[in-house]
Amino acid sequence: MAFDYDKYIRPGKLPHIWCPGCGHGIVMKGLIRAIDTCGLEKNNTAIVSGIGCASRLPGYLDFCTLHTAHGRAAAFATGVKMAKPEMNVILVGGDGDGTAIGGNHFIHACRRNIDMTYIIMNNNIYGMTGGQFSPCTPTGAKASTTPYGNPDPAFDIAKLAIGAGATFVARGTAYHATQIDKLITEAIQHKGFSVVEILDDCPTTYGRRNKFKSVIEMMNRLKDVAVPVKAAEKMTAEQLQGKILTGVLYKEERPNYTDEYAKVIARAK
Amino acid sequence: MAKKVAFLQGNEAAAQGALYAGCTFFGGYPITPSTEVAEVMSAELPKIGGKFIQMEDEIAAMAAVIGASLTGAKSLTATSGPGLSLKQELIGYACIAETPVVIYNVMRGGPSTGMPTGPSQSDVMCAKWGTHGDHPAICLVPASVQEIFEETVRAFNLAEKYRTPVMVMPDEIGAHMRERIVFPEPGELEVINRTAPSVSPAEYKPYDTKFGDVPPLAAFGSDYRFHVTGLNKAEDGFPTTKATLVQAEEERQIRKVDANIDDIVTFEEYMLDDAEVAIVAFGSTSRSARFAVNEARKQGIKAGLFRIKTFWPFPDKQIAALAGKVKAFITPEMNLGMCTGEVKRCVEGKASVTGIFRVDGEPINPGQILEMIKEVK
Amino acid sequence: MSQRYEIRFSGAGGQGLILAGVIMAEAASIYDGKQAVQSQSYGPEARGGASKSEVIISDSAIDYPKATVVDALLALTQEAADKYSHDLKEGGVLLIDSDMVKNIPAGNFKTVAFPIINTAKNDVGREIVANIVALGAMVALTEVVTKEGAEKAVLARVPEAFVELNKKAFQMGYEKAIAARA
Repeated sequence: MAFDYDKYIRPGKLPHIWCPGCGHGIVMKGLIRAIDTCGLEKNNTAIVSGIGCASRLPGYLDFCTLHTAHGRAAAFATGVKMAKPEMNVILVGGDGDGTAIGGNHFIHACRRNIDMTYIIMNNNIYGMTGGQFSPCTPTGAKASTTPYGNPDPAFDIAKLAIGAGATFVARGTAYHATQIDKLITEAIQHKGFSVVEILDDCPTTYGRRNKFKSVIEMMNRLKDVAVPVKAAEKMTAEQLQGKILTGVLYKEERPNYTDEYAKVIARAK
Repeated sequence: MAKKVAFLQGNEAAAQGALYAGCTFFGGYPITPSTEVAEVMSAELPKIGGKFIQMEDEIAAMAAVIGASLTGAKSLTATSGPGLSLKQELIGYACIAETPVVIYNVMRGGPSTGMPTGPSQSDVMCAKWGTHGDHPAICLVPASVQEIFEETVRAFNLAEKYRTPVMVMPDEIGAHMRERIVFPEPGELEVINRTAPSVSPAEYKPYDTKFGDVPPLAAFGSDYRFHVTGLNKAEDGFPTTKATLVQAEEERQIRKVDANIDDIVTFEEYMLDDAEVAIVAFGSTSRSARFAVNEARKQGIKAGLFRIKTFWPFPDKQIAALAGKVKAFITPEMNLGMCTGEVKRCVEGKASVTGIFRVDGEPINPGQILEMIKEVK
Repeated sequence: MSQRYEIRFSGAGGQGLILAGVIMAEAASIYDGKQAVQSQSYGPEARGGASKSEVIISDSAIDYPKATVVDALLALTQEAADKYSHDLKEGGVLLIDSDMVKNIPAGNFKTVAFPIINTAKNDVGREIVANIVALGAMVALTEVVTKEGAEKAVLARVPEAFVELNKKAFQMGYEKAIAARA
């Protein structure tokens, strides 16, 4: 029997704003399947986002949804989770939102290891504003504000998250659609701050400037560069050149923030 | 039984007032001269099962209190000028998303880092105009430790009643001085909680004007699910660009305060009945003004004091009425004319308005005001 | 006493002068039933630099919370004596640490000098209670709060383990000031 997405979609809120060929819809479906697998209650689940194309996602889903200001999702979500630790809190957003204007909130959410799941759709560009380069745009790539090629080096979101203290970090791609819900499921079930980076595509503002002839070509690139961590173990450095690891990249058990604060309450009383 | 008394600092009284009002969440970032509020809240909130969190920056602190408020928690943040500047982005968010929060801002010298330990009253315009776009503003300016306690309680009440951010803004003198405070018994001061929805979750809309200009607000994590955004929104909370809806929504947000000015605006009139010279002052400067009025009266000069307790909305009506009665206004303030401009706007040329401005980190002393009284009488 | 009485405690940051002012004001407003306001000003230094704590005491409501004409000034350092004695009123009380303040501010003051910090260090046994020695001395010299009220205020502020130490410091300051005044 086909999966019933309608159960989780807000009536009357589709169609979404995303362009044909954009991977955000694939991620949204993966998220829905993961939520279903985890059995999260709608009333007890908050989905929080910042600003940008990816951040419009919560509006389509039938949960407690909070579309905040640019970059601030993690900070708003921290307030929600602290005030009501029994709620499941999921953050969604794009690469510019999460790692540029929201970079500070992102690393501190990682550091606190607050029990929330953050799904970053990394399409290497600011799509909503028309294709300016983001901290995740590859060096040399063209964007509307790098007409001569991008001089900036890019962030590795997963490494950033691991370095900042996130206790579960995974990476998938919009091409590997069936892997997305498995990664998000594991992230939600992990107790602590979990980050799932999904390599995504923006045919409208990135693809056309960077010589991708079609959405299919962009998707094929995601297929080609992705190497599962297990497979990578058997590969040489040379073979891994230009590849991007996917799967669960990091996992550790560490006290999470709201549990630790519960101990503060116990000590204070 | 005798009431509980204590000798408290203004900032400590603010924290106690917040707790009295039922605050259960504090999100902050360290900044002089307001840090004592965070220190008291970090010690007191966990005792009652509340939550204190020190965030990574001022913006994050503002975000956290809005997030917490949406779960139903009465939430407080505390800051000072540089932090107030940073918080403006999300003060606007709290305005448009109609989320009750209280921002306690101690006024120090500015702009920028300015004088961190010096008193000032130069954030009052920032309180109204700091965030972009049309939005309501409520700003209370207490003048004593007791009043900081009481006005913090009132700030929570106004925030909850009108679903909007409310600012409590003492100057550094009020925030750091210590005075005796008599704690009100529980129930002695009114404590208002936000109106809960009366309709079923299926029928609930977070901005449903069927219930008036201030629609009931449900809580995340209850039986109600809803959407919150910083975009202009329709009654159901979802973004809209429909002209008629956006216009109506913006006007309603302003009307929440404008139509309730008499409920919000508070002030104190001292010796104004026969006054020829009226001093309009607020915060600790109003204490110097009262001292000066008493001295002037001893010398046979008919001076009086109009003390502003609510800076926004401004007491337009009261100042305008006074303009028909007195010959001259004096407006002492620790900035370069922010309140003076507002008074001139209300007076409409019917009397002279003379400011006394100090931005040197020193309070305006009674002698300065007394001299001016003699000059303009 | 229906008039305002203004007291300034001054010295270096870290000497506990803000606390001394707070205790004096608490003695007046909590234990003696008067009105009191305490305020302070300080630079960015947590230790060192000039620091002052002001207390206004009155039988009626206090409007202006800062000093206008100072009735009594404590100066624990030369810098504080130089910086904060300009508005001490004629005939006012000037209490200085005789080891620290060598250039006594000029003026028609009732100057009282004794080695305050040294008293704390050698007679009481801990330099850290110099502020309480100074407080005891100011209570004796100003007579604006009762000795009993001030003692209660001191004891309400100090941890159990340090009650005796502070009692002794207060008493020593009180007695030495009276002896030095005579």
